[in-house]
Amino acid sequence: MSQIFNRSTNAIARLSIWGAVFILGGVGWAASILNRSAYNTNQGVTVKQPVPFGHEHHVAGLGIDCRYCHSFVEKSASAGIPPTATCINCHKLIWSDSPMLEPVRESFRTGKPLNWRKVYDLPDFVYFDHSIHVAKGVGCVSCHGRVDKMRLTAQFPSLQMEWCIACHRNPEKFLRPKDRIFDLTWAAADQETLGRDLAKQNHLRSTVALTNCSTCHR
Amino acid sequence: MRRLLFLAGGPVLALALSGCRNDMHHQAKIKPFRESKFFADGASARALPEGTVARGFLREDSALWRGHGPDGKFVEQIPVPLTRALLLRGQERFNVFCSPCHGRTGQGQGMIVQRGFKRPTSFHADRLRAERAGYFFDVITNGFGQMSGYAVQVTPEDRWAVVAWIRTLQASQHMPGDFLEKGDREHLDTAALASQPEPAASGHSPSKKSSLSSSETK
Repeated sequence: MSQIFNRSTNAIARLSIWGAVFILGGVGWAASILNRSAYNTNQGVTVKQPVPFGHEHHVAGLGIDCRYCHSFVEKSASAGIPPTATCINCHKLIWSDSPMLEPVRESFRTGKPLNWRKVYDLPDFVYFDHSIHVAKGVGCVSCHGRVDKMRLTAQFPSLQMEWCIACHRNPEKFLRPKDRIFDLTWAAADQETLGRDLAKQNHLRSTVALTNCSTCHR
Repeated sequence: MRRLLFLAGGPVLALALSGCRNDMHHQAKIKPFRESKFFADGASARALPEGTVARGFLREDSALWRGHGPDGKFVEQIPVPLTRALLLRGQERFNVFCSPCHGRTGQGQGMIVQRGFKRPTSFHADRLRAERAGYFFDVITNGFGQMSGYAVQVTPEDRWAVVAWIRTLQASQHMPGDFLEKGDREHLDTAALASQPEPAASGHSPSKKSSLSSSETK
């Protein structure tokens, strides 16, 4: 039986023993980069929808409030994907023969919901609730970005737990007054002072409570 | 042969690792708006079967929940206590759900109308000023002409708040001049002068300017 390894592999073997630290470190580093990359998190990625709905046009162009369509965002865990009837409110008369909107009209005729794809798909072991974030003073823009500048809706943050925790540790960096929650362009003159005042005023729980596992996982 | 095993090991390990992830991320449960294979239309959220009333939703007080008395006539007055909070809530809801067509002042020139939707009657027209409160409640609930009903988006409590705000808008356009307090009257006159297309700069008396600033600081 011939030898499997050539004599020259000895050098490689020695080198890899000494280099193991660097090799393992390098692999770990590559894995962490891959883990945070859009390939894994879908950050900044748009999703193909049945109708290429443009937030930019409806929000910035027409000035429609977020709540006109996402009507339950202040009261329930889910912000609410509008029923087809909400589209038809306007599109019965506007762009009413546009071929692009045929799936909308078909859905309205048949009663079969449009199959909108989720852009922010949280894992099922996360119990996110929109209403509590709105009630405590977190604005739409903090998590959804400048939706008024998105032609097609993309996922703004990484949605990784480190991103959630960054705010749960220091919510005062993001809190805003109640009447500015839905204002995508507003920014505080002095966020530090305002945030601290709002945290007190809105009875935010302590950092310990906000970063408790069971706050988001149950 | 051994080399083959080594080569096959990589993909098998990768497959095994990726398998760890998905059970918990995508659990076999229904979250809001998730598709259901069980029902023919694919919707997991089901509409109430016809002729049934959900617990706590028996709405016997016809005036409060439907805007008309037992005789079928629309109620004359808003059947909830008028408070500042109710008016502000009405203003907010009006601006979200009604202003796209009716405009923020109720003249009927909202952005959607400017883009081609049928122009609604101004709230300041004689017919609508004479209508009973219950009529507006009914139109918000069931729609009118090209307007769809907003029963899904606007709760009955909020509908009365919106009616109160419509009444406020109507009053604002038909207030007798001497009803206003002196400072407010001067404020209005100054604003009217300032908004004229051809500014008569010399006609501006300094006393009026000072009254404007004093009423603003109040």
